[in-house]
Amino acid sequence: MIKKLVSHLGEYKRAAILTPLFSALEAIMDVLLPTIMAFIIDQGIEKGDMNAIIKYGLLTFLVAALALLLGVLAGKFAAEASTGLAGNLRDAMYENIQHYSFSNIDKYSTAGLVTRMTTDVTNVQNAFQMIERMCVRAPVHLVFALIMASAISGSLTMVFVVAILFLVAVLASIMIPTFGIFDRVFKNYDNLNASVQENISAIRVVKSFVREHFENEKYTNACESLYKQFVRAESRLSFNNPAMLVSVYGCNLALSWFGAHYVLNGSITTGQLNALFGYIMNILMALMMLSMAFVMISMSAASARRIVEVLDETTDLPAPKAPVSTVADGGIEFDHVTFKYKHGSGQPVLNDITFTIKPGETLGIIGGTGSAKSSLVQLIPRLYDPETGSVKVGGVDVRDYNLDVLRREVSMVLQKNVLFSGTILDNLRWGDESASEEECIRVAKLACADEFIERFPDKYNTWIEQGGSNVSGGQKQRLTIARALLRKPKVLILDDSTSAVDTATDAKIRKAFREEIPGTTKIIIAQRISSVQDADRILVLDNGQINGLGTHEELLKSNTIYQEVYNSQTQGSGDFDKQGGEQ
Amino acid sequence: MAQAKEVRGPGPRGAGQPRPKVENPGLLLKRIMGEVFQHYLPHCIIVLICIVVSALANVQASLFLKSLIDDYIVPMTQQAAPDFGPLTAALIRVGCIYAVGVLAAWLNARIMVNVTQGTLRNLRTQLFTHMESLPIKYFDQHPHGDIMSVYTNDVDTLRQMLSQSIPQLVSSAITIVSVFASMVMMSWQLTVVTMCMVALMLFCSKKITSMSGKYFIAQQRDLGKVNGYIEEMMEGQKVVKVFTHEQKTLAGFRELNDKLKDSAKQANAYANIIMPVTAQLGNISYAVCALAGAAMAVGGIGGTTLGTVMAFLALNKSFNMPISQVSMQANSIIMALAGAERIFKLMDEPSETDEGYVTLVNAKYDKDDNLVETSDRTGIWAWKHPHHDGTTTYHKLEGDITFTGVDFGYVPEKTVLHDINLYGRPGQKIAFVGSTGAGKTTITNLINRFYDISDGKIRYDGINISKIKKDDLRRSLGIVLQETHLFTGTVMENIRYGRLEATDEECIAAARLANADGFIKRLPDGYNTMLTNDGANLSQGQRQLLAIARAAVADPPVLILDEATSSIDTRTEALVQRGMDGLMYGRTSFVIAHRLSTVRNADCIAVLEQGRIIERGSHDELIAKKGKYYQLYTGNLAEN
Repeated sequence: MIKKLVSHLGEYKRAAILTPLFSALEAIMDVLLPTIMAFIIDQGIEKGDMNAIIKYGLLTFLVAALALLLGVLAGKFAAEASTGLAGNLRDAMYENIQHYSFSNIDKYSTAGLVTRMTTDVTNVQNAFQMIERMCVRAPVHLVFALIMASAISGSLTMVFVVAILFLVAVLASIMIPTFGIFDRVFKNYDNLNASVQENISAIRVVKSFVREHFENEKYTNACESLYKQFVRAESRLSFNNPAMLVSVYGCNLALSWFGAHYVLNGSITTGQLNALFGYIMNILMALMMLSMAFVMISMSAASARRIVEVLDETTDLPAPKAPVSTVADGGIEFDHVTFKYKHGSGQPVLNDITFTIKPGETLGIIGGTGSAKSSLVQLIPRLYDPETGSVKVGGVDVRDYNLDVLRREVSMVLQKNVLFSGTILDNLRWGDESASEEECIRVAKLACADEFIERFPDKYNTWIEQGGSNVSGGQKQRLTIARALLRKPKVLILDDSTSAVDTATDAKIRKAFREEIPGTTKIIIAQRISSVQDADRILVLDNGQINGLGTHEELLKSNTIYQEVYNSQTQGSGDFDKQGGEQ
Repeated sequence: MAQAKEVRGPGPRGAGQPRPKVENPGLLLKRIMGEVFQHYLPHCIIVLICIVVSALANVQASLFLKSLIDDYIVPMTQQAAPDFGPLTAALIRVGCIYAVGVLAAWLNARIMVNVTQGTLRNLRTQLFTHMESLPIKYFDQHPHGDIMSVYTNDVDTLRQMLSQSIPQLVSSAITIVSVFASMVMMSWQLTVVTMCMVALMLFCSKKITSMSGKYFIAQQRDLGKVNGYIEEMMEGQKVVKVFTHEQKTLAGFRELNDKLKDSAKQANAYANIIMPVTAQLGNISYAVCALAGAAMAVGGIGGTTLGTVMAFLALNKSFNMPISQVSMQANSIIMALAGAERIFKLMDEPSETDEGYVTLVNAKYDKDDNLVETSDRTGIWAWKHPHHDGTTTYHKLEGDITFTGVDFGYVPEKTVLHDINLYGRPGQKIAFVGSTGAGKTTITNLINRFYDISDGKIRYDGINISKIKKDDLRRSLGIVLQETHLFTGTVMENIRYGRLEATDEECIAAARLANADGFIKRLPDGYNTMLTNDGANLSQGQRQLLAIARAAVADPPVLILDEATSSIDTRTEALVQRGMDGLMYGRTSFVIAHRLSTVRNADCIAVLEQGRIIERGSHDELIAKKGKYYQLYTGNLAEN
């Protein structure tokens, strides 16, 4: 996993190598300082040699200045490496997501992908920076300080070794079991916040049922139990700092006692003893830093895992070896198609579907929720692959086409559709980047969008907010239809795309289709019978199977489901205020 | 769950980041500490003592070095047979001080866990309880993500502040003061030298911070843009695929990402520099002191001894560390205060007011056929109306609702409902029709007093609804909202939400009435199936059926139904329709109607346009009138 992440360093590899290098050098300078100080005391002060004092004093300056320079460089390169890695990771994720198929996208929610590309990347960036700056520096600090100390006195250095072992043992025994506990506690914390979220969005329900007290009590109890869990987990951590102090103080005492003996028998000087005291903090701080880095790494491990998941995901629509790059015509053929959303497992959504559509034909599709209408049409532009059987467009299996070519010729208006922030023209030009303004206006007229666009003060330059939040549902649908028309496709698929458009406008759009793009194969999914009744043929889907296929009149005579739907709608259940909304 | 998370840039908290603007930080801090002290004053006093003790023990560690060399080792070097007795005694004494210091440090950490977590628990429950009391208006005006962020981000930064920043600040301050005092006592000359270096240190870190602050703001801006772009494009990723726009959006993303990479690099670089600069200036300060001290010791100025210099150097080191900590902690405290400001702002929002005094009680008829109050659930409800003269009258709850000349606006400047007059007789069904934004939902929100009217009167069984206690008013109304919200819990619990004391049998009966029983039985665990994430595992239609069952179990005399406009398929819709019809039977119902079938059998249809009732009457009457309703009903004919 780490290897995978590090491989995205790219041009920042140099910075990533230089950072620990400079940090390590800085650490060595840091460790040299107490020894030089010892020289000041031993050879300068004790002997009253002013020259030595000045000599070693200047050396101290020099070393500190060098350490400063190294530290600044390390900091700079650490920033470069970590933010560079973060940028590259975002880039790589974004690029890989562009290769995702629909089923890959379904696997991650939108919010999930956004979190992975933002919060998770930030976590990894911070952890990486920490690792870069600490993970080499701290051990170097530790080892070099030990070496320097043992150069002064090997046996006194044993004091440090004992202290280090003590601290490592204590910290490990505190931290390691605590991780699991915190994991659970934070999960409960998330649940608590989820219940707040729930209360905010459902506040009208809470208030209409007068459940404020009920919710308060529930929440207070949850808070209380969370409090207990947090206290239990954190009180373990309260031993960390005292353990550190025990080590420092223990070293102080031991060094004082043994140091006094060593000074007396002349094996070390007072200056050297002072240097050893200086190393206590050096060594134990390095150890503390390491444990902090360890905590950060383990905290960001989950983020790293989530990032790698996105990077490792490969499209489940394999590219053909010799892709076909032209679509002959808009004829469509389903041959014993079975489809599942999860490959190899679960219930088939579509079961043994076989039918053909002639080029230029208009096919209506009708069926209840869950009858797999959308699934059926999504196989045509190869948004998903069938489990068994084949789908052919223009006489060629969709799996043999170059995907871009296929999708250019099979234009689909999705049920859950989206406009992007930009002008209306920008949005229309998603269909064809090079389309002239006249061309855009022409398709807008076909989709009956021109009438409302012209009423906007900025007309075709009207700014559409993110997700198209400033146009009504019906307007949005008409814009997305226009956008799809601009592609001049051989096959046009409308997946319940006029549900928010009033019936009169709906009829006008269909009339335009008939007259203006007669050669295009049109597939129209709808809830309303009126939207499909003038189609050449109508397909009735039920539970992933074809229940009927024929003209409106034929189905009205022979198909019970069709009759049922027809009757319920003509008895008056049209969406009847919608028309008003569109005016 | 789209949360508008507070965008926080990468980088260590508090280091080099710009300080947010906080008005009156002193007052905020006082208020937070007030919250803490209210429950944890004794704890805090003990913690303070512990901090002082452990800080003093720490200073003792440095001071001991002076006496170690000067008072013990140096004298012993002059003895022929060194006497370790005094050293042993001193070490034992110091050892005891250390032990106390360690104990104090542990006690401090341990108690602070309770103080911090306890305060957070209290704040959370206060926040939540207060939030539940806020008027609907508050939730209309504040993005839900922002409210959520108070619970997550702001409470989190407060935790950071309580558990780390403040104790560290206090301990740093104590260390600084005691070390400073020791330094002055030891050698004022060296103290001056040290202070000069400290000033230099503070100056440098301030300079760097202001540089990095500039870049952090830029980073924040770029991060916001990248987040926005990702959110929009991921939402539309399927459209991107359908239009084979992958390369184009990637190019757009790269442009923004490169900008962010650049500003993040600058911001982090400056933030990273602060630590080495202060640390090395600290070392230089150490060297300067050593030089000056050595010179003084050699020259014998001010009685400076070797031991003094050594001890002073140790003090110098323990002085520099808390100084750089103070500026870092101060930064993160300011940040936490910005969060605290948002927490208190929510807590200070005025609660929903309620001057109502008429209450809803269970009632029965006594032998004289008078309505009297009873504690049993009789199925008969009465309004208990206390009067000024001390008498109390009881009024049977029947479900008669009238609007007279009602005006309303969400904001005073803009009236959205004009002169609404309406009569809903007990058991009648009133349908509202009209285009989106005509004010249908608004009218129903006035009946349960989600909003208060600006003019006119709404009477419920002849009582002005502003006199009725809100809780009782709402208890008498059953509401099925257009947007269904379910809670985490089982299906049964969700139905029981309508009436908490309902038995399982009553809940199942309600589900049957609402036509929900069929699909519930087919769920994996039937009525015990867990619903999570607002019932995401159910279809739109099923969630609506559950909402109807939930209203049904409450068994209210008056119903407000907002029919869903979302496209559920015809067969499920028929189920929902039958469920609603079953629920409405025998109750006064206000229905925001989208289906002709609902409208047709209504007793009265009110056609709304731009906040006014423009037509009113039964279906046949309105058709005969050939007005707006006729146009709407005949639909497509109207346009041709």
